[in-house]
Amino acid sequence: MERKIETRVSELPSERDGKARKWWRKLLGQRHLQTMALLGVAWMFIFNYIPMYGIIIAFKEYNIVDTIANAPWVGLDHFREFLQDDELGGVIRNTLGISLIKLVIGFPLPIIFALFLNELRSVKFKKTVQTISYLPHFLSWVILGGILATWLADVGIINNMLIGLGLITEPISYLAEPKYFWGIVITSDIWKELGWSAIIYLAAMASVSPEQYEAATMDGAGRFQKMFYVTLPNIRPTIAILFILAVSGVLNSNFDQILVLRNSLNESASNVIDIYVYQTGIQQGRFSYSTAVGLLKSVIALILLLIANGVTKKLNNTSLF
Amino acid sequence: MWTLKRKTRGEALFDFLNTLGMVLICFVTVYPIWYVLVNSFNDGTDAMSGGIYWWPRQFSLENFGAVFRSEGIMIAMGITVAKTLVGTVAHVFFTAMVAYAFSRKGLIGGKFYILMGTVTLFFGGGLIPTYLLIRDLHLLDNFLVYIIPVLFSFFDLIIFMTFFREIPEGLEEAARIDGANDWSIFLRVVLPVSMPVLATIALFHGVYQWNDYFTGMIYINNTDLQPIQTYLYRVVAESSSNQMMAAVPGGVTRSVTSQSIKLATMVVTTAPIVFAYPFLQKYFVKGMMIGSIKG
Repeated sequence: MERKIETRVSELPSERDGKARKWWRKLLGQRHLQTMALLGVAWMFIFNYIPMYGIIIAFKEYNIVDTIANAPWVGLDHFREFLQDDELGGVIRNTLGISLIKLVIGFPLPIIFALFLNELRSVKFKKTVQTISYLPHFLSWVILGGILATWLADVGIINNMLIGLGLITEPISYLAEPKYFWGIVITSDIWKELGWSAIIYLAAMASVSPEQYEAATMDGAGRFQKMFYVTLPNIRPTIAILFILAVSGVLNSNFDQILVLRNSLNESASNVIDIYVYQTGIQQGRFSYSTAVGLLKSVIALILLLIANGVTKKLNNTSLF
Repeated sequence: MWTLKRKTRGEALFDFLNTLGMVLICFVTVYPIWYVLVNSFNDGTDAMSGGIYWWPRQFSLENFGAVFRSEGIMIAMGITVAKTLVGTVAHVFFTAMVAYAFSRKGLIGGKFYILMGTVTLFFGGGLIPTYLLIRDLHLLDNFLVYIIPVLFSFFDLIIFMTFFREIPEGLEEAARIDGANDWSIFLRVVLPVSMPVLATIALFHGVYQWNDYFTGMIYINNTDLQPIQTYLYRVVAESSSNQMMAAVPGGVTRSVTSQSIKLATMVVTTAPIVFAYPFLQKYFVKGMMIGSIKG
């Protein structure tokens, strides 16, 4: 049936006319598919693209009672204001400080964990360890914040232990002191995500052929040498891709996490860029200003992604795109 | 044969230390959760003196009794269950439907649609423009704010498409010859053979819905519409434990403290995830693999 129509169409005198008619016929044939696709496209238009248009309020003085289109243009005023803001220094220091320490410690740890997990001989034990280590990933930061608050409380287990060991005499209010904040954020993040982040590496390791290990054993390689000279080179492309993503995410503090753990007492160490955007925007209602700060962040993150991608491509021949 | 050679002393030591290290990691992972659990089953006043590490000292179910008697907590639980069920079914169905259409060869405009989605992976409107949109759509203080803004995810769509493209074409052809249109092929042919990927995405989105507190925090003012995670956030982060006591009929009893109710609420909130976890874990590992190949 289908084919018969096609031949008839191509026999039409005007070639262009035929093409157009064919196109319409095809469109009509996929009207159900197009309905499904366009529902998705409409959703993306509303929930992804309208907010992108909304970014223009960063260059306007948007007022809550007005429409976005009617708000007066102010050019780069909000960006200038942010760059002159007293809090800028602290915001940059906290954002980059937390992210860079997470990158230096939090990035290699899952790789090391996966390497050692891969060396376990008992498949059953390996599976058990994996299952247990993924679990915290599925707990919400609110729950984890509750657990941390319990542990770090004045009568919590940490203070009890330290006092018991005679290391301190008075309980310390860890969450109320800025100097402990970074440590708490980084440690709890590693606790939550160590096992989960190792999944991808373990998957990559599973595809290394056993012959490579056998050959290394023949050559007299020990366990560490095999980990270093066989396993690690094989997962290098995976590491490269995840590294690109990690670098491009340095401005993304873990918002969910910090929002739970911050309070007015540790503010000087917990005010990262995402929190600043949230506070100025939602809590203080400075919509245009907050959007400008958020936009600045997105643009820098995008540039970082491109740089990281380019550098990794050069060094490693692996890239995201 | 090399593989039959006895383990050297160094090898044996390595295996021993490695196993020991892994046991230690498991302990460090599980113990903080265990600590909360045993304390939640302990008499609240007694627990204030600390020192409950392995097992309840004065076993009590009063904390849980207080949680289940609290109307505020029960309403919030109901909202969480409702948004998780409705949100997950809607998200999985809608995203799978769009993914099915996008994955068909020869879809007019298909390349453009996918480009449109790819852009959203790298750039978005951000907090305030999204907030303004939600406000203009009259979704503030509306249950649908938990469902519609997360109805679709392009990232999940990629995972679906990867799976759908591997379904043998013969299945579809056979249905088409029987006169099925694209809707019935999607519903009766594609969905039934895609259970593993549907389960994976359902699990991820379900966990997201269950754990999300931010949506309830910024878009919802009506406390009868807030989910349990938002409720807990207000208790944990704003450390307004007194608010929690106010929610408990009769306030502080001799054996229940605001801290012990908080712990019991945390346990009740986490229990469904921990119980569902062993059954679902085979799906998410598979899903992560599909996602990581693409992503």
